[in-house]
Amino acid sequence: MNKPLIATTSLAGCFGCHMSIMDLDDRILQLIELIEFNKSPINDIKTLSKECDIGIIEGGCANSDNIRLLKEFRKNCRVLIAVGECAIMGGLPAMRNNSASISECLQEAYIDCVSVQANDEGLIPNDEELPMLLDQVYPCHEIVKIDYFIPGCAPRADLIWDVLTALISGKKMELSYECFKFD
Amino acid sequence: MDTKTIKSESAAITAIIAGHNNNSTDLMDILIDVQERFRFISEEAVGIIAKAISSSISEVEQTLSFYHFLSRTPTGKYTVYLNNSAVAEMMGRDEIAQTFEEEAECEFGTVSEDGNIGLFHTSCIGMNDQEPSAIINQRVFTSLSRKGVIELVHAMKNGVEIDDLPGTGVRSNIIRPGPILTMEAQPAEILKKTVSRKPEDVIAEVRAANLRGRGGAGFLTAMKWQLCRAVKAERRYIFCNADEGEPGTFKDRVILTERPELLFAGMVIAGYAIGAAEGILYLRYEYKYMAEHLEDVLRQMREDGLLGKSAVAKQDFDFDIRIQFGGGSYVCGEESALLESAEGKRGEPRDRPPFPVEKGYLQQPTVVNNVETLCAVAKIMLKGSNWYRALGTVESTGTKLLSISGDCERPGVYEVEWGFNVNDILRMVGAEDVQAVQVSGPSGTCIASSEFNRRLAYEDLSTGGSMIVIGNQRDLLKDIVLNFTDFFISESCGSCVPCRAMTIQYKKKLEKILRGNGVAADIDQMLSWEKVMLVNRCGLGQTAANPILSTIRNFRELYNSRLRKHTDFVSEFDLSAAVRESCKITNRIPGPGGG
Ligand SMILES: Cc1cc2nc3c(=O)[nH]c(=O)nc-3n(C[C@H](O)[C@H](O)[C@H](O)COP(=O)(O)O)c2cc1C
Ligand code: SF4
Repeated sequence: MNKPLIATTSLAGCFGCHMSIMDLDDRILQLIELIEFNKSPINDIKTLSKECDIGIIEGGCANSDNIRLLKEFRKNCRVLIAVGECAIMGGLPAMRNNSASISECLQEAYIDCVSVQANDEGLIPNDEELPMLLDQVYPCHEIVKIDYFIPGCAPRADLIWDVLTALISGKKMELSYECFKFD
Repeated sequence: MDTKTIKSESAAITAIIAGHNNNSTDLMDILIDVQERFRFISEEAVGIIAKAISSSISEVEQTLSFYHFLSRTPTGKYTVYLNNSAVAEMMGRDEIAQTFEEEAECEFGTVSEDGNIGLFHTSCIGMNDQEPSAIINQRVFTSLSRKGVIELVHAMKNGVEIDDLPGTGVRSNIIRPGPILTMEAQPAEILKKTVSRKPEDVIAEVRAANLRGRGGAGFLTAMKWQLCRAVKAERRYIFCNADEGEPGTFKDRVILTERPELLFAGMVIAGYAIGAAEGILYLRYEYKYMAEHLEDVLRQMREDGLLGKSAVAKQDFDFDIRIQFGGGSYVCGEESALLESAEGKRGEPRDRPPFPVEKGYLQQPTVVNNVETLCAVAKIMLKGSNWYRALGTVESTGTKLLSISGDCERPGVYEVEWGFNVNDILRMVGAEDVQAVQVSGPSGTCIASSEFNRRLAYEDLSTGGSMIVIGNQRDLLKDIVLNFTDFFISESCGSCVPCRAMTIQYKKKLEKILRGNGVAADIDQMLSWEKVMLVNRCGLGQTAANPILSTIRNFRELYNSRLRKHTDFVSEFDLSAAVRESCKITNRIPGPGGG
């Protein structure tokens, strides 16, 4: 039997959740016995080249490219998992929701902020290559159907390990109380 | 403003505070007085108050910002608060609101340019039997019509005094009086009978009557009193909870208007039984129009020797009653929030234990009882527990006052013995073609005709007394459930995350379904969140999802019929709308599909 294929990506996240995957330490070696990575920052494969069994999403959607990529993952992954606070709720980037408009954000970031240097013309980046910012930062489940959510900021490596091994083996996963209690 | 006016304003504020002995626990009264005098509470006023009561600006702001009727910005010489309860909407509130806006030439949430008229929405003001209704500077105007509003605004524009503004006042609408609402004896007779017995015997009598609290929770009154009496303390308090904020409830309003002597007698009895020195009537601000009348009754009782030193001629029984006003907040009906508010703070419910019977008002043992409970106590002392127990059912003794409103011919107050079933009641109020009955207000449950044979009783369909009849012509989810959900969103005190945030998520889901974009999974999710709502600290958050949950359970077809079929996921995300602003700023044209 072919090993299940897994793809991962970070949208509007900080790569902290991917650091948590790296935190599996030597279990990464066990993991690659069980699965094969397709597109992922972990192996630096840039594009989804095949239909995958599991897609892992870190981060919410802050710009048009996040949306494109999330939809592409949904289309190509049988099971899609939102990992971490930002993917599930928008997280820190969503702090801009309801507190500042896009114009205000860009004005502050590129023109008004005290640390802005050498932008005498008051330019706001507008290259066609750049993705466009969305009016709000959206959690992934508002854009596409998400099958599972792994909570945490970032989720512990153990939790990610438990989820992946449960999914691969088809066994029911025991969720400890600590998985839900974060205060 | 010139310095002279500022000086005279500061002097007026200082005088108000001095009238309350610069007491920080009187902060609510101080703020209400300043609000009424100046129609808002300015930054300067906050500073003066904070200094005078030895508090901080942020503490004063904290309290002030909590209550609907206290404002940091001017609210107009005439401040109109139009009730936005579901029944008000059923009775044509929208047209009234529109007429107010047209005539006053300003929108809701704002004040007219000349500062004369302010228009604001407010949660249920306890007038469901005579909607649409509004409060203007403490006066209540009921059964508003388009024509009436035009005249009203015209008069306000001409500077007519509040008392002379044209309009209909509050009617009591007692349709069916029963033992509680029938006046059979003066308070003196009831109280003399009471103090001739030992406090323990008074409690025993109430216990024998098996009286349970009428505020909603149904706690045994005698047990509450006993617990309070057992705590050693210098001072104990009896509070009467007249916050009556549950939309659709107005029976306490009617008692306070028609039988205040009975209620105050009940407070004296409770005070005597638990050994309290002071009784405090916590009255919602919406009922401020009753203040004078109630003060008159209290004055008379003092003159008659029923209050004050050696009250009811009983040696060592010094007991008086005062009125404490709220500032507009539903959660202040929750007993521990009520006590916080009475202490001059934000009305945020306390963590329990300790319960108020141990540590209540000013940390002293305190009993909080509903208006109707205390009236029942007075009747029990007059006529005995045997008489009382003969009314109602074995587990639910006595009578219940019902506030009935909505789609029925005779909205008003009905006093019935426990044990009536819903069908009996619908017949009594003249309700036909009924789709649903909302029992106990938004925090209660919405029942369908299959349950109309259920009996009103603690052991079956328990109720605090509000019943809203919803006819078949209504869109239950849009007209009622959405309105109730908004109510909880605006009344949450914000302390607990699920109460603050999940209520909004519930509303979003409901709106998605109403737009025809819901799927079955949306309903499953709403049901699964119920567990999370139960971790909320107080009853408000614990019941805030009830309008949605109880209609999912009892009217599932209404939801199902609006769901998208043959799909398990629908996103309402619109990429082109989401990038519109950033495209505009950067002069870019979104590609096909917005991206
Ligand atoms: C959000 C909320 C609002 C409440 N509002 C009222 C109210 O307006 N009047 C009332 O008597 N009880 C109200 N209660 C119940 C009180 O906390 C308390 O149980 C009651 O006043 C006790 O009086 P009783 O034993 O005579 O029923 C409310 C409870 C909650 C959680
Ligand atoms: S449940 Fe809601 S109203 Fe009650 S304490 Fe918590 S946040 Fe406040």
